[in-house]
Amino acid sequence: MLTFLRRRALTSLLPLLAVVLGVFVLARLTGNPAALYLPENATAEAREQFSAANGFDKPIWAQLIDYFAGVARLDFGTSLRTGEDAATMALRAFPATLQLAVVTMVLAIAVAIVVGCWAALRPNGLADRVSGMLSMTAASVPDFWLAILGIWVFAIILGVLPTSGVDAGGASWVLPIAVLMVRPAGVLTQVVRGAMISALGSPYVKVARAKGASEGRVVARHALKNAAPPALTVAGDLAVGLINGAVVVESIFGWPGIGKLMIDAILQRDFAVLQAAVALTAISIFVLNIAIDIGYALLDARVRNKAGAAA
Amino acid sequence: MTSPADTEEAATKPNYLKMLLADPLAFIAAIVLLVVAFIAVFGRQLAGPTATQGDLALSRLAPFSTDHGWQYFLGGDLLGRSLLGRLMVATQTTMSVSVPVVLISLVIGASVGMWAGYHRGWRETLAMRIADVVLSFPSLLMAVVVLYIFSPSIASIIAILAVTRIPVYLRTARAESAELQSRVFVDAARTFGTPSGAIIRRHIFPIVLPTLLTVATLDFCYVMLAESSLSFLGIGVQPPDVSWGLMVAQGRDQLRTQWWLSVLPGLAIVITTVSANLLASWVRLATDPGQRWRLTTPRRRRRRRAVPVLEA
Repeated sequence: MLTFLRRRALTSLLPLLAVVLGVFVLARLTGNPAALYLPENATAEAREQFSAANGFDKPIWAQLIDYFAGVARLDFGTSLRTGEDAATMALRAFPATLQLAVVTMVLAIAVAIVVGCWAALRPNGLADRVSGMLSMTAASVPDFWLAILGIWVFAIILGVLPTSGVDAGGASWVLPIAVLMVRPAGVLTQVVRGAMISALGSPYVKVARAKGASEGRVVARHALKNAAPPALTVAGDLAVGLINGAVVVESIFGWPGIGKLMIDAILQRDFAVLQAAVALTAISIFVLNIAIDIGYALLDARVRNKAGAAA
Repeated sequence: MTSPADTEEAATKPNYLKMLLADPLAFIAAIVLLVVAFIAVFGRQLAGPTATQGDLALSRLAPFSTDHGWQYFLGGDLLGRSLLGRLMVATQTTMSVSVPVVLISLVIGASVGMWAGYHRGWRETLAMRIADVVLSFPSLLMAVVVLYIFSPSIASIIAILAVTRIPVYLRTARAESAELQSRVFVDAARTFGTPSGAIIRRHIFPIVLPTLLTVATLDFCYVMLAESSLSFLGIGVQPPDVSWGLMVAQGRDQLRTQWWLSVLPGLAIVITTVSANLLASWVRLATDPGQRWRLTTPRRRRRRRAVPVLEA
């Protein structure tokens, strides 16, 4: 089990390193990174001063070492806009996004389990076809447009929900979460449905039925438990993809999270903040991947035992 | 399990047009996509000057009336430009990003994927590792960083979106080609001394192609959505160019008074992506010999036949 986790951690570490290195390489590709950090109308002296202060005049390998040392200490420099430490800003914005993502994923999983099981009980039945159509539409609708539509209908026409911000308590959560969960819920429903159909057709379900287990017990205890691992894998990918949605949704609804921070940093050309936010996101994806692997191993006895045998 | 595929219909060469006509939803989707393609090519000429030069007298014109010519059927924007005309011009921008992205990532991803899958070994490991790294990071975030560093232009949007989509084709092509390379007909070709490039081109590529086309149709939606999201956030297509996502963003401030400025361009995106999705599921059925009967067998006969299959 530990060997398995260590191996998975190393494979997940690769993307993390690639992202951190990628940002460094990309920033240097454009020539002097001082041009990235400073406003476009900065004077030549200001640029030189900035280069010297940040070590951009050192050889490239020394810069790389400095850069990695900085990343390890979560030191990305200071924000040009506020003069604050970039990593502090990113860490402050992080919980807002995390809350949004966790609530969204929990709700999406709940919807997917209920609708997916219901659809799987009668393949090609009405519930199955309706949920199939809805899932397809959910994959085709741009989230920013859905958000605008939600604001238009619920905030402007009906006036029941706030247009943006987090001041209105529970009501301000409704639209961001509804918009964010549409895609994960749609995809997960189809995954749960597929896994449940194959689980319900398997011999152990027949045995359970033959022993007189109730339909509810068959679905909940026997089939669902075995349908969970594939759904978990997809849920992990969706959670990573949720960051795409969070960038859009947060900037529309003025949600003070890491997605909004990134877009603001871009529009105000604040490279240190962008870099800190991206690195923090990459680290959380790394942690998430490990968590999913642990969950996968706990759920699936085959992975657990194989990992044990390999150790 | 026997499927009704081994009947007279499946024995002959499939007639794709007939199958398309038999599926009304897919047929409508294909028509919609053809119209979109037509507008993408000729939209700028068709829309005329109303798309670029506004008539301030028609500023904020409400939609759904043809009093001021068909161009103003969907209303006018703040500067009195026709919304329909601008939508048509935007179609061109949106397509001139999406189509190259899909083509570039399809060609590169499929070639590398088939090569990696055919040779297995280190080439496969290397290609898959790189694909994993790219896929494990949110594509929009990657685009955000790249578009910050290289200022947003149509070329840089195409480049970064293509990079993020290559792994999708690479994985598909690799999986199929790794399975095919152990088949007898590939062995036979190898025994005759056919060079590996020719085997990939002549024996593997034709079999992988249908899957790749399905993936490409689905991916087309994804790319369109990605481009519009970037443009919406202000880091994609830049004014004075116009794309559907950018139009949604520009209309956002007038949502209270002129809802159509941002709702209708979004609807254009939805109609196109839903059509592409519908067509993709049709392509998947039509190109799979085991599933094709669903399209060629009339519904009434199908039910009678399908019953024993389900019971089995």
